[in-house]
Amino acid sequence: MKSIAPVVYLSKKPIHEEEIGFGVRTSDTLIIIPAFNEAWNITHLIKEIKSEGNWDILVIDDASFDGTGKLAKKTKMAHVISLPHNLGIGGSVQTGFKFANKHGYKYIVQVDGDGQHNVNEIGRLLKLIKLEKADIVVGSRFNKKHKGYKSSYFRRWGIKIFELLGLILIQQRIKDSTSGFRAYNRETIKFLSKFYPVDYPEPEAIILLGKNGFRISEVFTKMNPRKGGKSSLNKRGIFYMLKVSLGMIMTYLRPKSA
Amino acid sequence: MGNKAPYSIDVNIFKMQYIAIIGSVLLLVFILNLIRRKRIKEEYSLLWLLLSVVFLVLSLWREGLDYISKLMGVAYPPAALFLILLMAIFMILIQFSIIISKQAENSKNLTQEHGLLKFEHDNLRDRVKHLEDKIKE
Repeated sequence: MKSIAPVVYLSKKPIHEEEIGFGVRTSDTLIIIPAFNEAWNITHLIKEIKSEGNWDILVIDDASFDGTGKLAKKTKMAHVISLPHNLGIGGSVQTGFKFANKHGYKYIVQVDGDGQHNVNEIGRLLKLIKLEKADIVVGSRFNKKHKGYKSSYFRRWGIKIFELLGLILIQQRIKDSTSGFRAYNRETIKFLSKFYPVDYPEPEAIILLGKNGFRISEVFTKMNPRKGGKSSLNKRGIFYMLKVSLGMIMTYLRPKSA
Repeated sequence: MGNKAPYSIDVNIFKMQYIAIIGSVLLLVFILNLIRRKRIKEEYSLLWLLLSVVFLVLSLWREGLDYISKLMGVAYPPAALFLILLMAIFMILIQFSIIISKQAENSKNLTQEHGLLKFEHDNLRDRVKHLEDKIKE
């Protein structure tokens, strides 16, 4: 019987936390793309990001059934985690935080898979994080006058209510708290890999981070109009509004970091 | 008791009591048996056990219900019984919501861990294959 070659230990140094995934991390920045059935866009998006900067890319395929994960793997430019069943946006993004924490990334930028976020704004978000101006930078679709992006009446009202809640609960004005275009630093990654809201997490995460003393800043970024897919906000409507508002208030009422 | 209540006309109230006793004993035995056969975990069965014991007590001790309804200020004793029953079911259902939430959290963590380990596994498999190919050369 032929035996399989034994595992070759490349070095005798103790394996540190950051070395567990040797060969995985080639940059200190990770771009995470939570994707559910985004096959129509994912290849293009990965190539676009890679041409923008030499960052590592992680696609979290949230149990898509249109082959998103396979297409992402095929590009050979991105790491791909395929979840065995659908977790929703919150669970997917947190998988990215856990991955980044495990492999010792210093910065994360979250970009949605639907192509709404303008990849040439990634550098700007990262710059603010690297200058240590903030722990989280939110790429907002609104400029100072609440203009710059067309969206439905209902959605605008929802976002206004979240803005008001943020102002009341953590005394911070975040105009576009539903935006999933965000950059985070190491401390935030560590924190969020333990605590991250599920379902529709973005506005709740703002309160959670504000309450726990992280510095949040918001910059205006140009957004692309949707090319395909559906916005989760319009579809879920009033239930979404209530769930998120309740979540924000409860997050505020809880003791710190829990 | 001079004036008869309208609902007690031609009803054998003892018959009802026998049915209530038999019913609550059956419920109690049924739940105990489920625990014995490991179909319900002990920690999730406590409220059911409590409920069936309360049933049994109330069906054996008939003045008890009158007494309790008087304490609660309810004029019609069966209404007090329904109220107690409703509260017990509410408690059990709330307990279910708590358990479901906990399970959902656990399941989310497992799913994420599965994804991360699968990545690690695929990565290591590829590296081993790469090394084996190199050794063959």
